[in-house]
Amino acid sequence: MDERIEQFPPYRQTEAHGHDDHGHDDHGHAHPHPGFWSTYIFSPDHKVIGIQYGVTALSFLFFGLMLMLLMRWQIAHPGHAVPLIGWFLERMLGETMAPGGVISPDLYNAFGAMHGTIMVFLGIVPLAFAAFGNYVVPLMIGAPDMAFPRVNMASYQAYFLGGLVMFISFFIPGGAAQAGWTSYSPLATSIPTHGQLFWIIGMILLITSSLLGAVNFIATIIQLRAPGMTWMRMPWFVWTQFVTAFLLLLAFPPLEAAAVMQLMDNVAHTSFFLPTGLAVGGHLANISGGGSPLLWQHLFWFLGHPEVYVLILPAMGIVCEIVANNTRKPIWGYKSLVYAVLAIGFLSMIVWAHHMYMTGMGTVISTFFQATTMIISIPSVIILTCLFISLWGGSIRINTPMLFALAFMPMFGIGGLTGLPLGFNVSDVHLHDTYYIIAHFHYVVAPGTIFGLFAGVYYWYPKMTGRKMSEFWGSVHFWCSLLFMNIVFMPMFAQGMAGMLRRMADGGANYSAEVNSRAGADVIGGLSPFIMSLHTPILWGAICLGIAQIPFIINFFWSINHGEKVGDNPWQSTTLEWQTPTPPPHGNFSITPRIYRGPYEYSVPGHSTDFTPQNEPDVATPAAPKVPTHTH
Amino acid sequence: MEIPYTVEARPDTGLYNAKVGIWLFLASEVMLFGGLFSGYILLRVGAEPGMWPHGWQNLTLGTINTIVLALSAITTLMAWVACKVRQFDKFKFFHACTLLCALTFLCIKLVEYHEHLNHYEIHLTDGTIADGDMVQNDATQDHVVISGRIVTDEKLLYDLRSQKDIPEKELTIPRSQIQDMQSYGPWHNDYLALYFTLTGLHALHILGGSIVIGYLWGPGRKMWKKDPERFTNRIEVSGLFWHFVDLVWIFLFPVLYLT
Amino acid sequence: MSELKTAEQHNAPATGHVDDHPVDFNAYLRRCGAILAVVLCAVGLMIWASYLNLGWGTKVAIILAIASVNAFFVAGFLMHLLTEKKMVYTILGFTVSFVIGLFVLTIYAMNDFPRNTITH
Repeated sequence: MDERIEQFPPYRQTEAHGHDDHGHDDHGHAHPHPGFWSTYIFSPDHKVIGIQYGVTALSFLFFGLMLMLLMRWQIAHPGHAVPLIGWFLERMLGETMAPGGVISPDLYNAFGAMHGTIMVFLGIVPLAFAAFGNYVVPLMIGAPDMAFPRVNMASYQAYFLGGLVMFISFFIPGGAAQAGWTSYSPLATSIPTHGQLFWIIGMILLITSSLLGAVNFIATIIQLRAPGMTWMRMPWFVWTQFVTAFLLLLAFPPLEAAAVMQLMDNVAHTSFFLPTGLAVGGHLANISGGGSPLLWQHLFWFLGHPEVYVLILPAMGIVCEIVANNTRKPIWGYKSLVYAVLAIGFLSMIVWAHHMYMTGMGTVISTFFQATTMIISIPSVIILTCLFISLWGGSIRINTPMLFALAFMPMFGIGGLTGLPLGFNVSDVHLHDTYYIIAHFHYVVAPGTIFGLFAGVYYWYPKMTGRKMSEFWGSVHFWCSLLFMNIVFMPMFAQGMAGMLRRMADGGANYSAEVNSRAGADVIGGLSPFIMSLHTPILWGAICLGIAQIPFIINFFWSINHGEKVGDNPWQSTTLEWQTPTPPPHGNFSITPRIYRGPYEYSVPGHSTDFTPQNEPDVATPAAPKVPTHTH
Repeated sequence: MEIPYTVEARPDTGLYNAKVGIWLFLASEVMLFGGLFSGYILLRVGAEPGMWPHGWQNLTLGTINTIVLALSAITTLMAWVACKVRQFDKFKFFHACTLLCALTFLCIKLVEYHEHLNHYEIHLTDGTIADGDMVQNDATQDHVVISGRIVTDEKLLYDLRSQKDIPEKELTIPRSQIQDMQSYGPWHNDYLALYFTLTGLHALHILGGSIVIGYLWGPGRKMWKKDPERFTNRIEVSGLFWHFVDLVWIFLFPVLYLT
Repeated sequence: MSELKTAEQHNAPATGHVDDHPVDFNAYLRRCGAILAVVLCAVGLMIWASYLNLGWGTKVAIILAIASVNAFFVAGFLMHLLTEKKMVYTILGFTVSFVIGLFVLTIYAMNDFPRNTITH
């Protein structure tokens, strides 16, 4: 008998305690039917929580996209009222912020700070890690739920509250935070409005949510794998979620510490990050001084760098699952993928100061961080290479998830390669804080991660709803998004290399060659008319990108009731989440699954079907019911 | 299907779920206080020489707090042992002691905070500095009364350890002579900022831990009758958190009070 | 179906700990007393060391060393870390290494300047 299975006695099927102790193991059938609130709002079921996270995160992603459109308008047409909705902005945000429908510089900064914060902390992390992770991971490892379902529910509620605080901050007097998503001191404490305070409080709630989620994920993956599901038989998606959870667990707390200190600076007038002799608005600030702005930067980026790996790893995991499924062959280099993701996790904690090359660090420490940054590119390349090689010799099926997964690879490649000159101290001196950086990280996150997440939505939609999303509109969504993403971000490399800096509310007009030529003969150079003219195609690309998301949104909601009905395993996948009813019931599996093989047993020679589910017993095991093959 | 390993240990890891969970959470707490301590080290090392306070804390109260917390760590462990041997009365006694220790700690902390917030540094118009505890600060009066001393060199206010027999008398200072006045709150300098933030966050953890242990000792004890093993595990897990909070104090005390 | 029957018949023993020797209350009480004594001694030693007439660096090192011994006893015995499982050691091992990385790299970074650039 397989020791990997037999060392685990069957789970207790009966409760040792009475019915009135609900705990986290209430059987839906043994209790009176739960009402609407317990089923959809206050449910400890990981699938409900996953969907809650998903819908909330997608909404925030869309909101962040809207902020981006407003910013791109201002950049391309500084000082002009926003068409169509300028009056609405003025109505909602007040005359100081949006006089006559024009985005004021302060409002631009608020949009910039909140676009970053919302996209990263309210959009991508909850969608990639919490939404997909919560829904899929317990199913993939054969668990009945997360290890701590009520903690899971609490983590969503903390996220929701954090999101609410961030959203409300737009409407308070003075508006939302304006000091960037990085909230550098002393700017963050010098701005005389309360937006920054709301930002800190929102961040503390979001960090709490992530920490609770991370504990849950790691404990679940360690403890609740079904018998036979050894570490090296887990789908690689579970590995990426595992490493992501560790990054969140260990990297977020120093930022929480820093956020507490910045809160004290803001509210209790301490000087953790405020140096002696600080002048604000022309006057010496009334502070004790002695603080260090660099301390904030170190503590922020200690999270900030692992954070970007939090953003990318789940998407890589999703792409891996979809590539294996749609090439009908095992992933090439599973072991390499596992070791690479573990290496990335470890290394990501010691590269952070490559975000701080311009802070005056000496050569020794800069060399250290430069070296670790270069080294961390190796496991990233290994992962991308494994995914590429996996395509070789496969029977490639093209469907919407596969389109997004295929596009992920070159797009992430561009993003990753353009990161190399940023990792080198000497070239980063020229490129730091320019549009090159914006292009680099958007390539990794936008046509990178977000494409991976779209792929995941199209891929797992049939498991959640029993219906496929429309393939036609999926293709429309894909091709338009791919085209317009590149139109938006590719020109930014050129702009960055020409010296256009980030966070300029007028789109660099003040530094254009035209303005400089009027300033006098001793002012030379400036942003050329060509570079400045790139703002227009970028704006149109962004608008079309926004419009391209509309088919996706309509498709998403329409297909719930009108999409093509499919069975339990429409993609003929080997992983466990597809071996359950659709949608999976409370408790997921009626009997404990037993795992007999690895996650990517596609096209096994001699097998009657081109996929062998992980929990299908070996032929040698007697009395094993033949797993019925599913039709489309 | 029920969630496995909530009470019994998983064979290959040898742990039950909540134990994995609490150690993971404690790992994140290590990073949290680590971040704050790294801030302390940085600000301390970067401070102007001679301008970092020494001996500003009430060592007696700090030592009492340390002993109280150590005692509570012991009673927390004994409460779990009592559960293991199924002697519920002993559990009730020991965790009652834990809660009393926690309350004592927090009260002493409040006294310490009050002492600091009641201590003022007053810059006088003639360039000297008056420094002491506020005795009378009546807005209707044209003077303030402090119990302390007047110094000419600001540096004397920082290293109290090296000064013997610091004079303390009641001083009446007319408001007209006061240039500015600031209490020893977190705004006063980085040392106090760190002190209040570190001990404040620590105190919040003590409060949180007390609430959890209080709940288990009070309304939560219903689970004892239904599933004593699971209840014992809850006591163990909450005890681990409590011990961690004691561990943080073991480092906070020397760093803030003794160095 | 056969799987369900096996599950019902099987009575999984409810053990909270794999090392299943019975817990002796009085032995634990004595052990706790000993640990309390060690902890109180450590606290006293720290306070005594703080009054010694040594260089600031040496004093801090000695005091923190004593604090670490104190912490070792609390963590090792009261938190049962000395008898914990490999998984817990792994989690804590990574945590400690990252905390050390945070301390060392941040402080190094703040003190590594290009020559002739600091003014004080």
